[in-house]
Amino acid sequence: MLTELTIASAQGGLKRRDFSAVELTQAHLAAIEALNGRLNAFITITAERALDAARRADAVLAGQDAPALTGIPLGIKDLFCTDGVRTTAASRMLEDFVPPYESTVTANLLRDGAVFVGKTNLDEFAMGSANITSAFGAVENPWKRTGEPDTVLVPGGSSGGSAAAVAAGLAMGATGTDTGGSIRQPAAYCGIAGIKPTYGRCSRWGTIAFASSLDQAGPMARTVEDCAILLQSMAGFDVRDSTSVDVPVPEYRAACGRSLKGMKVGIPAEYRVAGMPAEIEAAWEQGIAWLRDAGCEIVNVSLPHTKYGLATYYIVAPAECSSNLARYDGVRFGRRVPGESLDALYEATRREGFGPEVRRRILMGTYVLSAGYYDAYYLRAQKVRHLIRRDFEEAFRMVDVLLTPTAPSPAFAQGEKMDDPVQMYLNDVFTVPASMAGVPAMSVPAGLSGSGLPLGLQVIGRSFDEETVIAAGSAIERAASFAHRPALRAEVA
Amino acid sequence: MSLDPATVRRIARLARIGIDESDLQALQGELNGILGWIEQLNEVDVGGVEPMVGTGHAALRMREDWVTDGEARDAVLSNAPDKAGPFYTVPKVVE
Repeated sequence: MLTELTIASAQGGLKRRDFSAVELTQAHLAAIEALNGRLNAFITITAERALDAARRADAVLAGQDAPALTGIPLGIKDLFCTDGVRTTAASRMLEDFVPPYESTVTANLLRDGAVFVGKTNLDEFAMGSANITSAFGAVENPWKRTGEPDTVLVPGGSSGGSAAAVAAGLAMGATGTDTGGSIRQPAAYCGIAGIKPTYGRCSRWGTIAFASSLDQAGPMARTVEDCAILLQSMAGFDVRDSTSVDVPVPEYRAACGRSLKGMKVGIPAEYRVAGMPAEIEAAWEQGIAWLRDAGCEIVNVSLPHTKYGLATYYIVAPAECSSNLARYDGVRFGRRVPGESLDALYEATRREGFGPEVRRRILMGTYVLSAGYYDAYYLRAQKVRHLIRRDFEEAFRMVDVLLTPTAPSPAFAQGEKMDDPVQMYLNDVFTVPASMAGVPAMSVPAGLSGSGLPLGLQVIGRSFDEETVIAAGSAIERAASFAHRPALRAEVA
Repeated sequence: MSLDPATVRRIARLARIGIDESDLQALQGELNGILGWIEQLNEVDVGGVEPMVGTGHAALRMREDWVTDGEARDAVLSNAPDKAGPFYTVPKVVE
């Protein structure tokens, strides 16, 4: 089945002409046709464009020196602006928005020959942990609990559409964005790999902003090597993003399978939280044993401000979101709801255009930035954020990477945990601290829960040292030899 | 700190998000829930700690002051919900 291939193996197959780029794209479009009605992983399917791109890819492949991603079908999170293709951020606000420009990350992928099959679903403006806030409906996780074929599980958020598409074989890889865990947590829930690179490694130009000091694009794919291949294309300095960092991009793929002898792996004590399920603890212990067997030295470390990560995040991210989303006022682009006065137009547009979670976060952000509360909330949160980063800096004086679980539980069902916003926020407890610090972090599938659902382990590294993260992730992947596939997938559709 | 209905109305006004009176109570409860949980940050001693504004990897860059994205008026206006010629339109602001 062409939809079962990794990107690495498809590259070889395309070069050898075992199959054409058109055949590869058609196989994925057929899978989308069969399964998207149920999974709702894509908001927009670009079949015609994809086939045109695949035909061009076949012409390029007939010559010499085809770029690395020539003919590879990818899903693009619908937060990346794509020239001439509707880009919604899963919001009614941008339901009919057609960007006249291409984001830098997607332009890089197109430069390298990738074929975009469609725009993947997400939480509205990337705000959510379960992909239930999309104006285009929830995404279904293709995995099923053992013996519960009718229970609909969430794919995680906010890149849940990308994760579900990749896990079910609707795309070979996908782009995601991660603000507090939105690549790693859905990757863990859907049994795939995903890396949030260092803040500044991928350009944010043309990516719809949520919280600018945290948002970072990254790849999601079924293997660590495929993530490395995609990140190679996505990363790089961009003069149009003032937070983009001008440092060379190493050969990420070469880090896969690299020896870990002598590497120091930190186990942060504070990630052993009360009430964590025993099977998460067991998966973590297994990961520690695998890395020890691979020649790593295991070191106990402390990140004392871990417990404050989430609360800090829920001040900083809404504050930045309230500022970023001020642009959606019904005047220059996006939805407009008419009003008698300009203020009435703004208020009506923003009431109708934004869903409840986005409205809640804008209000929260407006409050913590408002006169009289700025110092008590926002300024204090920025100081705590500094302490969180300092914890990582101290730890990375002693160790090369940190190993933790990615999420405190496997995927949960639609309807569970959904009454209280704080309960929902807790799903990101292990991913948020690395986001606050801006360091790279990756989730790798490590095993199955007792209920038959994938569990992820997270590797966190030093700034701009994605290579070591990939090397450790690759070792875990090899040891885990995770070959399980979800119940809903292309080859059984 | 706990938000009263008047404060929720005031924030909504500042954020230019119209809220229905019927949503006010639920919203007040949710925001107070989040704020109560955030109070835990008061335990942290932040004395002498500088606020972290960004991740600080990128130094601010300077460039020549010239237009780099000009001549794109039609593209810029292409998503306007309402326009008149090369202008965005809004309800009358000045009497």
